[in-house]
Amino acid sequence: MSHHTHEQLAEEAKKLIAEYLYKIDDMKAKERTKIPPQEMPAQDPEIRSHNLDEVALGYTMEQARIEAMRCLQCVKKSCVDDCPVKIDIPRFINHVAHEEYDQAVGVIKEASLLPAICGRVCPQETQCQANCTVGKALKDVDKSVAIGRLERFVADWERATGKIAIPEIKPETGKKVAVVGSGPAGLVVAADCRREGHHVTIFEAFHKLGGVLRYGIPEFRLPNDIIDKEIDVLKAMDVEIKTNFVVGRTRKLTDLMDKDGYHAIFVGTGAGLPMFMGIEGENLVGVFSANEYLTRANLMRAFDKGHADTPIYQSKNVAVLGGGNVAMDSARMAKRLGAENVYVVYRRTEVEMPARKEEVAHAKEEGIQFSFLQNAKKILGNDKGRVKEMQCVRYELGEPDASGRRRPVLIPNSEFILNVDTVIVAIGNGSNPLISQTTPLLNVNKWGNIIVDETQKTSVNRIFAGGDIVLGAATVILAMGEGRRAAAAINKMLAEEIEKEKTAMN
Amino acid sequence: MSKILFKKQLSKDVYMMRLDAPLIAEERSAGQFIILQLDDDYGERIPLTIADADTKEGSITIIFQVVGKSTLQLSEKNVGDIIPTLVGPLGKPTHIDNFGTVVCVGGGIGVAPLHPIAQALKKAGNNVITIIGARTKDLIILEDEMKNIADEFILCTDDGSYGRKALVTVPLKEICERSPKPNMVIAIGPPIMMKFCSETTRPYEVFTQVSLNTIMVDGTGMCGGCRVNVGKEIKFVCVDGPEFDGHKVDFDNMMARLNSYKELEREAHSCFLEQEIKDKEALR
Repeated sequence: MSHHTHEQLAEEAKKLIAEYLYKIDDMKAKERTKIPPQEMPAQDPEIRSHNLDEVALGYTMEQARIEAMRCLQCVKKSCVDDCPVKIDIPRFINHVAHEEYDQAVGVIKEASLLPAICGRVCPQETQCQANCTVGKALKDVDKSVAIGRLERFVADWERATGKIAIPEIKPETGKKVAVVGSGPAGLVVAADCRREGHHVTIFEAFHKLGGVLRYGIPEFRLPNDIIDKEIDVLKAMDVEIKTNFVVGRTRKLTDLMDKDGYHAIFVGTGAGLPMFMGIEGENLVGVFSANEYLTRANLMRAFDKGHADTPIYQSKNVAVLGGGNVAMDSARMAKRLGAENVYVVYRRTEVEMPARKEEVAHAKEEGIQFSFLQNAKKILGNDKGRVKEMQCVRYELGEPDASGRRRPVLIPNSEFILNVDTVIVAIGNGSNPLISQTTPLLNVNKWGNIIVDETQKTSVNRIFAGGDIVLGAATVILAMGEGRRAAAAINKMLAEEIEKEKTAMN
Repeated sequence: MSKILFKKQLSKDVYMMRLDAPLIAEERSAGQFIILQLDDDYGERIPLTIADADTKEGSITIIFQVVGKSTLQLSEKNVGDIIPTLVGPLGKPTHIDNFGTVVCVGGGIGVAPLHPIAQALKKAGNNVITIIGARTKDLIILEDEMKNIADEFILCTDDGSYGRKALVTVPLKEICERSPKPNMVIAIGPPIMMKFCSETTRPYEVFTQVSLNTIMVDGTGMCGGCRVNVGKEIKFVCVDGPEFDGHKVDFDNMMARLNSYKELEREAHSCFLEQEIKDKEALR
C-alpha cells in the first residue's frame, strides 16, 4: 500500500465535496456507493516508526463529510445492532454529512461516553462495519462506511472546540458507589452512576487513571492527552478519585461496604497475570510479557530515555509471540524503541490473526516482519542467562477447529533458529488474583474470572463486576458495554432502595 | 501521596524513614511490602518491605539501602517532604504460627523485613533464634531490636570487625546439627545469602522460607516482571509471594533476572552523580 500524504487526501476530498455537496440529500443508493471511501491520513511510516506521536491523523472536515455521504441511511440499521453500546449510527452520520457536528456529538453521547477512545480502538470491522450495507454492496468489508473514523472525527471536533459537554447530574441521593479500577469498564460505571446523583469514588491501583487505556495501548494509537480529557469530564462531574489504592490490599473489598459505607461496588480490575508459553528458557533475561514491556514504555514513560527512571531493555532483534492487537502494539513499540528487526511469530496465517487489520497494515508499513506458521519451541540463553536466540518450528494449516479457524499442524523436523536478543510474549492474560484471593465469598470460575449474572451482579450482594476480570481478555468496547449494564443494575438497585426508604419514612 | 515524618541514617548507605500512611499501617502484616515512586511522570517504582508500622501515628517504617539513582534520591529527601506515590500493603502476609523453634537469619538490609516477622513469631510463642550478619560492622542494622526479641542471638560479620567472624551460614549449620533440629528457618537478605542458607539447611530437611525482592513494575499481578521458577512452576512474587520455599527457588535465574538492567542503571546512577557534583560545584 503506497502512502498518501495528509495533504493529498485533503485535496482529493475537497474536489469530491465540490462534486457531491449540491446533491447531498438527493442521491440514489447506487450513486452513494460510488463515492470513493476516504482513507485515514497517517504519519509517514518511515518517520512515525521513530516517534510516539499518533499514527492516524484523523479525517479533515471534507473527508468526514464525504465519508458520511456514503451512508445509505438504511432502515435496517445493522450497524446499530452490531454496536455493543447501540449508538444510533446513521443518525450521527447524517449530522456529520450536514456539518451539524454538535448534534452528531449529542447523538453519540446518548450511548457512549468515550467516543474519542472508541473511535480509535474499537474493532469496528467486526462490529458496526461488519454488516454495513455499503460494504455488502461493494462486497468488501473494508469499503463499509468508516463509522469508527467518523466517530473519532466527531469526538476530536468536540475536543478542539474546547467545550466538552458535562453530562447533567441528578440531585444527590446520598448513596455511595465504589468503582474498583479505572479502565474502560470502570470509567463508564463511574459516569453512569454519578449521573443518577450517587456519590462515586474510583479506586485505582496505579498512580494514573485509565487502566489498560494508559498502561497497555501505546501513545501512538491512543494519546494520553485523550484519556486525560475524558477523565477531566469525570472530575468535572465530581467523581472522587483515589489513586495508589489497591482494593483487596489497601482495603478489603467488603470493608468498602462494611467500614466505609459504600452501598454498591463495581469491580473492574481488568486483566491479570500474563500467560507464558510454558517453553524452556522463558525466564531468561530478555523475555518479557507484553504487559510488562508496554507498561514500562507507556505508563512509566521508558520511551523517553532522557527523563524516565524506569529502564527498558535495549534490543536489536525482537521476537513477539502472538497475533493479537497487543502483539502488534508490542512489536511497533519495540521498533520505536530502536530495535532493528522485529518479528511477529504467529502459529497460523494472517487471515486467522485476531489483530485488527488496520493495526497489521500499519505494522507492516513500519517494517515489522511477520513470521506466519511458525512458533517458538525454546528460548536459548548465553552464559549470563540472557536471550541469545530462539528455536522455532514450522506449521501448516490443517482442518478447521472448534473456532472455525484452520488448525495449525506441526511440521516434523522443521526446527530452525531465529536470531533474537529479546522475546515479548503476547498470548493473553489470566485473571487478576488479588480480589479473589482477598474476597473468599466471591465466586470465580476455574480461570479465576469473576462469575456474574445477566445484570453483572456477582455472588456477593451489592458487588458487581465487568470487563476483563469477567470476560478474560476482551476489547475496550465490550468492557464498556459491561460497565453500562452494571451501572444500570446498580442504579436500579439503589433507586429501589431509595424508594423503599421513602415509603418507610412516611 | 505520603509525607516523610522521620528520617535516620542507620549506616553508611542505609536509611530509615517513617512515612505517613494510615491505611497501610492499619492493613499491613509482617512480610508485606509497599511500592513508592518519587515522581508521578518519570519516577521508577521501588518495592520496599514494611519494617514496622504504628497505627496510632498512622505511619509505616521503611528501611532502604542506596543502590541506584532512585534510592539515592529517596535518601536525599527530608522530613516534611512528600512522596507522590505510595501504594500497599502488597504481597501475601507471612504465615505466622507456633512452629516451635524458628531460626531467623538476616543478612545486611534483610534484617529490616525480618524484624516484624521475628516479632510476630515471638508473639506467637516460638523459640526464636536470631542470626544477623553483614559484610562489616558498619552495615549491621537493628541489632538491639533483634536482640530484644531473640531467645538466642548471634551476630557475625564477614570481616570479623564485629561479633563472630563468619558467614551467617556457619552458625546456621551448627544450629541445624543440634538435636532436636529447628522446626523452621526464615532467611532474608541478598539473593546469594538466601541461596546459601537454603543450601545449608537442605541436607537437614529444615523448611526454609525466603523472601524475594525481584524486579517489579505494578506489584499487583499484572506485569509478570517478578516471576521466578519455584520447583517446576513459574510464580509471581507480588501476588504469590514474596515468601517461598527456599529449597525450591531457582536462585541463579532470579539473580540473573535481577541484573537485567544493571548496565543501564549503573549508567543512570553515574550520570546522576556527575550532575549532582556539577550542581554542587556550580553552587560554590
